[in-house]
Amino acid sequence: MPPRDANPPDRALTRRDLLAGAAGVAGAAAIASLPALGAAQQASVPAAPPPVVPADPTKVVGTPTAAVGTRSPFVRPTRVPTGDIQGFSLTPHGDLTGTITPADLHFERHHAGVPLIDPARHTLTVHGKVARPMVFSMDDLRRFPQVTRTYFLECSGNGRAAFRDPKPDLTPQRVAGLLSNTEWTGVPLHALLEEVGMTGDATWMLAEGGDACMLTRSIPVAKAMDDALLVWAQNGEPLRPENGFPLRLLLPGWEGNSNVKWLRRLELGTAPWMTRWETSKYTDPLLGQKARQFSFDMDAKSMITSPCVPQAITKGWRPVSGLAWTGRGRITRVEVSVDGGSSWHDAALHEPVLSKAVTRFSWMWHWQGKSALLLSRATDETGYVQPTRTELTTARGPGTDYHFNQIVGWQVDPSGQLTYHGGR
Amino acid sequence: MRRIVMAMSAWLAACSGTGDGAATTHVSRTNGGPPPGQHFELGRAATPAEVAALDLDVNPAGAGLPAGRGSASDGAKVYARACASCHGPNGEGIAPLYPQLVGRDPAGETFDFAKDPRIARTIGNYWPYATTVFDYIRRAMPQTAPGSLSADDTYAVTAYLLAANKVIGAEAVLDSAALVNVKMPARDRFVRDDRRGGHEVR
Ligand code: HEC
Repeated sequence: MPPRDANPPDRALTRRDLLAGAAGVAGAAAIASLPALGAAQQASVPAAPPPVVPADPTKVVGTPTAAVGTRSPFVRPTRVPTGDIQGFSLTPHGDLTGTITPADLHFERHHAGVPLIDPARHTLTVHGKVARPMVFSMDDLRRFPQVTRTYFLECSGNGRAAFRDPKPDLTPQRVAGLLSNTEWTGVPLHALLEEVGMTGDATWMLAEGGDACMLTRSIPVAKAMDDALLVWAQNGEPLRPENGFPLRLLLPGWEGNSNVKWLRRLELGTAPWMTRWETSKYTDPLLGQKARQFSFDMDAKSMITSPCVPQAITKGWRPVSGLAWTGRGRITRVEVSVDGGSSWHDAALHEPVLSKAVTRFSWMWHWQGKSALLLSRATDETGYVQPTRTELTTARGPGTDYHFNQIVGWQVDPSGQLTYHGGR
Repeated sequence: MRRIVMAMSAWLAACSGTGDGAATTHVSRTNGGPPPGQHFELGRAATPAEVAALDLDVNPAGAGLPAGRGSASDGAKVYARACASCHGPNGEGIAPLYPQLVGRDPAGETFDFAKDPRIARTIGNYWPYATTVFDYIRRAMPQTAPGSLSADDTYAVTAYLLAANKVIGAEAVLDSAALVNVKMPARDRFVRDDRRGGHEVR
């Protein structure tokens, strides 16, 4: 049987991808030592001359001010793009701390590339089951009441490769890089829908993007009237092109694909449209010869991001720290295990713990040089506890293909080297 | 505080104005705005022609399907010319980037995707609605020239793909009425999301 149509997140990086991302000597060196380095995160760091550091920086004047800031030459996180039009790139969680994803490291997943859109010409048309079909310019939209809120976005295919093929050298980026967390600014969608006056029978809304596949998803009106936003800014600046510039739909806690980017049209209707992205894709095969459709909510999930592959650790105290999130509200508890789940310890949840946003957790661990298996387990405000791999596949079957939120972690060998563990 | 009281009384005074009552008011008024029932008066009316130019979507009831028709045999020619370079001469796909479009293995009468992730999902064994095939091709394919097919060619290539998947006959001709009447093998396989949070893993 030929391999299943690879929905791009299935795709493992090829050596060609790595070579493409890693020019020159540093690249070649990284390729040569790939297994030990664990992943493309290392290999794709662009080759650059090593910074020339003064022996004593307090005795040499520094560089002047600059129009745009850049990262320290010692810090070069990258997204490891596949380089495909219908491709993805991954947030390097192992390189990040705190909760907010820098805009240029937000994950990408596109179905027809990133369009170039002039905001002065971009409009949003709202029509269908409304009293007054209307067109809004970006200027119009920015004059509505604004809100700024922090929410995570996660592709429901996040973790597919790690689920199917849990290799020891997978990094947090490879395991859960289709997750990012952002402070978004925009207008509550209900304000706009009140402006056009939905008719009483409107129950579904089609959201359409202005990219080359005019991506469409059907969204229940109940969500549109609840906490949905039309956003134009991320982390205080206009959206990045790859995040939907100049306008995207933001459905807090719902699978990434439904948060339609480059939003140009909303149509109100009485039934879902059954678009390609809610039938062929983004549906979850279930046991009993069925598939689950419109599985929008992202269930609770967590991942330890420090320590992680490709690190090796030394004996003594250190925080075991990571990220937890749920599309169903707030994270209420994260537990950490260092013995593969035989015993669990409550981790500290770092404030603020925001609804439908990423929460940072940590627990102080004293490593004594024995092999260990680090795991994390999140619980959300509905009482949902992050499942084991066995619980997930028992409920849905081994062919479950979206919403991979099983407990995973890192195996530590007595030398301190970490490897990925895909859960039990 | 005094400013809030003043704003409130201005708002109450303005409340005597009439609204069109078309929608319930949910906008939080804590940061000002028009009185309930009135609008921000931002944006402009969309003309029917403007809406028609954008509104390309097709739903399972066939709303939005254009006039036109095409046969599976004509569709084979469209496919060879515009699609085969990426999806393979017979719709077998080119892994990993270009999806398989044809094939109902095993036979498409079972739906065991949850048991075995290696079973390819195709139009023939997985897509619940034929209208989706038309809608998707019209909006997105061929990938390097979306929107370049005529309505007739889109009906034809849709017919070709459905015939190649043995959903309709090799001689079939599709127009809007015929497309809506195509019953896909996977039509009744889809269920709504029953996850609700709480203790159960679903
Ligand atoms: C330049 C390459 C290319 C050409 C030419 C092309 N396609 Fe595609 N097609 C793709 C890619 C890539 C995808 C997957 C897009 C994605 O992941 O969202 C796709 C997806 C599809 C799908 C959806 C498959 C699924 O399982 O969801 C259909 C149907 C389709 N193409 C039909 C056609 C037809 C019909 C033509 C000719 C008119 C065509 N394609 C021409 C590249 C191409």
